[in-house]
Amino acid sequence: MSYKVFDDQDYKRILEIVGDCDRVLYRDDVGEDYSHDELGDITSHPDIVIKVCSTEEVAAVIKYACSQRIPITPRGSGTGLVGAAVPVEHGILLDLSGMNRILELDEENMTVTVEPGVLLMDLSQFVEENQLFYPPDPGEKSATIGGNISTNAGGMRAVKYGVTRDYVRGLEVVLPNGNIVRLGGKTVKNSSGYALKDLMVGAEGTLGVVTKAVLKLLPLPKKTISLLVPFPSLDRAIGAVPLIIRSQAVPTAVEFMEQEVIKDAERYLGLAFPVTNADAYLLLKFDGNTKADIERDYDSVAQICLDQGATDVLIMDTEERSETVWKARGAFLEAIKASTCAMDEVDVVVPRSCIGEMVDFIHKLQKTVGIRIKSFGHAGDGNLHIYVLRDELTDIQWEQRKMSAMDAMYKKARELHGEVSGEHGIGYVKQPYLKESLAEDLLLIMQGIKQVFDPDNILNPGKVCW
Amino acid sequence: MEILVCIKQVPGTNKVEIDPVSGVLKRDGVDSKMNPYDLYALESALRLREQVGGKITVITMGPGQATEIIREAYAMGADHGILVSDRKFAGADVLATSYTLSQAIKTAGHFDIIFCGKQTTDGDTAQVGSEISEFLGIPSATNVTAIHEAGEESITVEMGLSNTVETVEIQLPCLLCVDKGIYQPRLPSYIKKKLTQDREITVLSLADLPDQSTARYGLSGSPTQVQRIFSPDVNDDQQLWDGNAEELSQRLADLLIGQKFVRR
Repeated sequence: MSYKVFDDQDYKRILEIVGDCDRVLYRDDVGEDYSHDELGDITSHPDIVIKVCSTEEVAAVIKYACSQRIPITPRGSGTGLVGAAVPVEHGILLDLSGMNRILELDEENMTVTVEPGVLLMDLSQFVEENQLFYPPDPGEKSATIGGNISTNAGGMRAVKYGVTRDYVRGLEVVLPNGNIVRLGGKTVKNSSGYALKDLMVGAEGTLGVVTKAVLKLLPLPKKTISLLVPFPSLDRAIGAVPLIIRSQAVPTAVEFMEQEVIKDAERYLGLAFPVTNADAYLLLKFDGNTKADIERDYDSVAQICLDQGATDVLIMDTEERSETVWKARGAFLEAIKASTCAMDEVDVVVPRSCIGEMVDFIHKLQKTVGIRIKSFGHAGDGNLHIYVLRDELTDIQWEQRKMSAMDAMYKKARELHGEVSGEHGIGYVKQPYLKESLAEDLLLIMQGIKQVFDPDNILNPGKVCW
Repeated sequence: MEILVCIKQVPGTNKVEIDPVSGVLKRDGVDSKMNPYDLYALESALRLREQVGGKITVITMGPGQATEIIREAYAMGADHGILVSDRKFAGADVLATSYTLSQAIKTAGHFDIIFCGKQTTDGDTAQVGSEISEFLGIPSATNVTAIHEAGEESITVEMGLSNTVETVEIQLPCLLCVDKGIYQPRLPSYIKKKLTQDREITVLSLADLPDQSTARYGLSGSPTQVQRIFSPDVNDDQQLWDGNAEELSQRLADLLIGQKFVRR
């Protein structure tokens, strides 16, 4: 399918629509940053970047793009990892990061209404100041909520609280034809036809551009306590997870981490981790209203861990104590990135019961393929973050070994009845793996859905199920 | 080696409100914790014990609930704890607090090294450590950023002063106020917590101390009178600089050095 090549005439029209040349970057003025996302694996320059500031403006731009068959790609903070915000067909890049107002806090309905450019860190700070709680907690706090919605981001509290989709009550969306629609709203229930709101969450900007979101909030738990549990081996650590999940006390997070990644984080952040003598760790978090309540909850979990071979259970019951450890955890991706010259990521999710087998497989794969692989992740929900690292490999070695490692890992995940992506999405780069993992009927349905929403295929083309 | 660590229970959060009428910190319903600076003192003691052996005692002055932080110190590895508690100690300023603690320390026995944190997060005066050493008549070092060598007779430490780093050898017994960051404090251990949950805590009241004159303790022993407590203004001044990379980096470096954020 061919698109119209964006030209000076289009630029003029866009300027008329936007009416503020400071918010439009054209050709040479477009910074390099707009051509890639956080992982930077795939790069492609947009012809023009528009820093949009209202729903009506988004609608007007999309209407114009639709009439001219110009491809259009929405983008938030650009912290994605699979190229979803990279304008692979060039054309218009819609920068939504400036639409960052928190519009309404509705304490009666326990919702907050935000524009898509609000950063996750600003959102959580705002609601917590009001004693409320937005549970989804991806590691990347400078991501926008629009980006989180587009990927159905999960994060570390998914074990207890679920993922972004569970907290999106309503959306205002600009469709690929430029019409503005509202999906869902402030109601708690909705059995009125197909769940289009839920379809829009995780659509990676291929079905519509989210311009407003009504998010569900919970009362803020008054206290959290984390436990850092050192194990003599990763096997033992992962082996304890199913037992922890089955116990009465549900942790909000169950993360696993290995010595090496912690060392990377220490180097990267210039801070000292409070323990260093174990090969592997589980990091657990509990929340509740009083210290005594939480202590009662975690007691059984601490016993399980000790029975499973943990050398101790370390308690982080103050801000300072939690901060050193969670700060290191939050920096793992950046730290691994800093430890090598190039990398690629895998974000498979497998049933929790299989996570040990998957991790073990990855460990062995390093030797068989001859490439360094590091992993950490959400042991509690089966979602692994695996990074294949280039180090000293030549171009050819890197391409070949990376591919064979990736193929092997996705194949293994399929065998274990897992999915290609737990929370990062499919974007551009994971499409071959999605296609391999989906039944043909399902792929056709996905493509059909895209066709219905966007018959001219102008909105974020080349992504997800292209 | 007999090691003593002075610890204090402080509000659990930095966002403590001040009662606008009485000007006093609102402590009701606020969680409490061990003063974060004291964690560095306790960690220094634990490392020293690992090196030279001995016994670690922690001491705190406060109400009955302050035993929580002694239990916490047990979970980190301390051997013994003393709570100094008496209604007559209430309202003590730094002078009365230091005097009370020094009296309690004399009662508790002989210590080769006493560790204190740099300051507390609630009072922030950073004076109690030095004053205790005065009352005990032993030498002290403040702003201790490293411990080099501990012998039978003396200990060599590094003091990070505003413009210089001073390495001093101090005769034992002595008191050391350690700076934040000397070591990364270890986390409390669940295993130790369980093992020590019934461990005894010594309680000392005024009746146990050598000096019985009530005029030296509590409010009556406190020359300091607090007029008003308020939160300091937050400075969010911003400066915008223009220039090329070289000029700007030089200017930034000068500022950071001038403000003592980095050393030249």
